[in-house]
Amino acid sequence: MKIPIKYILRNFKSRKLTTMITVSGIALVVFVFAAVLMMAYGIQSTLIATGSVDNVKIVRKAANGEISSIIDGETQNVIRSLPHIAVTTEGKQIISNEPVVIINLDKPDGAMGNITVRGVSPLSNYLRPQLKIKEGRMFNFGVRELIVGSSISKRFVGAKIGDIVKFAGDDWKLVGIFSADGSGFESEILGDALQLLGAFNRGNTVSTITLKLDDTKNFDIFKKAFDTDRRLQQFEVKRERDYFEEQSELMATFIRVLGIFITVIFSFGATIGAMITMYSAVANRTVEVGTFRALGFSRRSILAAFLTESILISLFGGLLGILLASLLSFFSISTLNFGSFSELEFSFSTSPSIIISSLIFALTMGIIGGFLPSVRAARMNIVNALRAG
Amino acid sequence: MKIFNLLLKNSLRHKLRTFLTILGIAIAVIAFNVLRTVVTAWSVGVQASSANRLITRQAISFIFTLPYAYRDKIAQVEGVEEVTFANWFQGVFIDKNQFFARLAVDPETLFKVYPEYLISDDELATFKKERNSCVIGIEIAKRYDLKIGDVMNIDGDIYPGSWDFVVKGIYHPRDKTTDATQMFFHWTYLDERMKEDMPGRDGEVGWYTIKISDPSKAAAVSEQVDILFKNSLAETKTETERAFQQGFLQSTSSIITSMNVISFVIIGIIMLVLGNTMIMAARERTREYAVFKTLGFSARHLVGLIMGESLIISAIGGGLGLALTFPIIAAFAEFIPKGWFPIFEIETITIVFSIMAALVIGILASIFPIQKALRTKIVDGFRFVG
Repeated sequence: MKIPIKYILRNFKSRKLTTMITVSGIALVVFVFAAVLMMAYGIQSTLIATGSVDNVKIVRKAANGEISSIIDGETQNVIRSLPHIAVTTEGKQIISNEPVVIINLDKPDGAMGNITVRGVSPLSNYLRPQLKIKEGRMFNFGVRELIVGSSISKRFVGAKIGDIVKFAGDDWKLVGIFSADGSGFESEILGDALQLLGAFNRGNTVSTITLKLDDTKNFDIFKKAFDTDRRLQQFEVKRERDYFEEQSELMATFIRVLGIFITVIFSFGATIGAMITMYSAVANRTVEVGTFRALGFSRRSILAAFLTESILISLFGGLLGILLASLLSFFSISTLNFGSFSELEFSFSTSPSIIISSLIFALTMGIIGGFLPSVRAARMNIVNALRAG
Repeated sequence: MKIFNLLLKNSLRHKLRTFLTILGIAIAVIAFNVLRTVVTAWSVGVQASSANRLITRQAISFIFTLPYAYRDKIAQVEGVEEVTFANWFQGVFIDKNQFFARLAVDPETLFKVYPEYLISDDELATFKKERNSCVIGIEIAKRYDLKIGDVMNIDGDIYPGSWDFVVKGIYHPRDKTTDATQMFFHWTYLDERMKEDMPGRDGEVGWYTIKISDPSKAAAVSEQVDILFKNSLAETKTETERAFQQGFLQSTSSIITSMNVISFVIIGIIMLVLGNTMIMAARERTREYAVFKTLGFSARHLVGLIMGESLIISAIGGGLGLALTFPIIAAFAEFIPKGWFPIFEIETITIVFSIMAALVIGILASIFPIQKALRTKIVDGFRFVG
């Protein structure tokens, strides 16, 4: 015979404050747990969205980021001779040889940010169709003009249309603001590659090369041709998506390691909170438990009833925590990405697996916290229990 | 003393509950301390910075270099005692996951400007003499089991090529905050090879570190240095070492903010656990409190009883947590990948904070039950059924 669920629910009502405290304790822990995972996932998904599967990125092997990669003009010509590079209808190869530098801009509170400035070639719109001008216009090739990503324009001083950015001994005019489907490009400033190379006195030495393949399936053939060319030994080729995903690794791992270490410690605290609540629930209801047993309810149904109560508490807590955490997806934060050493804006983003693991996490706390008290309730001797109180 | 006995007896009435509460508080204090330690480890560069050092870097951003010719010009500025310089070499040592600073420096001046790097005179003399030698921090020597005479092979990225350096000295940190995880080698060695391999990239300096004679003149000296190179191709930005380090820190400020928020959440959780226990305890003793009141004990006594018990529990829990913090921080330091933090130690201020937090929590957790106990009329108290 099962103890009716109504009895369990009524118990929450009779002990409102304690139940609420326990629920909010679990909710807080789940909130932090989910928030940390959402943050790490946010960084990852932003950078994954930055790279396209069709594109291929070439960097120097030892380079830790785009800024420390160097590709000279000779190598650029060798790469042009590789097979399966996509061409436009006019027959031009879709390649963007890109110098990448970092400049400093200030935030309104005076904090300094490292901003990536990327020089692109006229054909780069074939590589990044997600880039759209939101305000103003596209920069003109051949002049010192720049367009700025929407996240940089929003967060930094002097990054509006018409503003002048000074670097490399020259004035650069910001003529447009672009969006890029929430990808990492929104945290960059773009300009004409040749103008940037000239200003920085770099000759034709760029940082990285991005190119499009005629068919994404031909990547392996392309890679093989690349790897077997002895002139390209110092360089490596990756799918653009994989390249940007790797840039998120350091940061995402850092947040996960720290976050999970702390939430695990937290969860002990919350489990103990649940245990305290359940022990006192059992102690306060000793007579009731005795009565149930006298009425013929088995030990097993008593155990089940108390365990259900604890699981319900943790379920409420878990749902509340997830609800609170999902409110975070309306926020985006901007920080220095260790992987690229420049500013990156990303938002907290949630995935089904984060929700499921948060719920499992909450339920585990409820089950562990509720098990021992429930066993105590189930083991009570009928006569002693009835006599208590 | 009698009161204390009563408090102790009271808190031991429900041994299991008190034990669990203490455990809960201890765990929360540990979490709090770990988090604070991460935050302080993050900002260790700021604490280690000296008031009499200025950093001069390229105004656009630190990835751009300055001409070597600036050295003499800076040295002539009034108030400048010594100038040293360095380049961020980076490169890959073993694999891409080994993080520590690898810098090309000037052996003649480096240790004068950074007296907190302790090195024996013999080792320093050898380092100065031998062009392909390097000096490493004791922590790096330990981490990679490097001894004097060993060769470090580094695959250059900013400065391409394969580079070999012979370890000729190991420096020790003077202060707790001194970074002993760096590697220094001759700037001239780098420069000469650049002259051969990549002409046009020689004579480049990453940044200058200036030792000034009077820290109070830092602003004036900085300004004078920057004026020297105004409107040149490489304008400079000079600031105190502290401001420079803070600039780095601020770029990750959102992470620090979120860690600070989490540490408040932790305090919230401790409060919930202890508050829960105290509410239960006071609820069970409603009738006793009525008896106290009948006997003539005043509100003051009841406040003392409840708050005292709450404080005892939070003090024991906090103490236990504090004691366990040390081994757990040591375990955490092992757990995180090497090189994330040059220094990872518990600060005195962290300990003070956690003691204060435990105290405040003890008081706050008792407020609600105290209020309830005081509000309850004697008659209602007697009538109360568990």
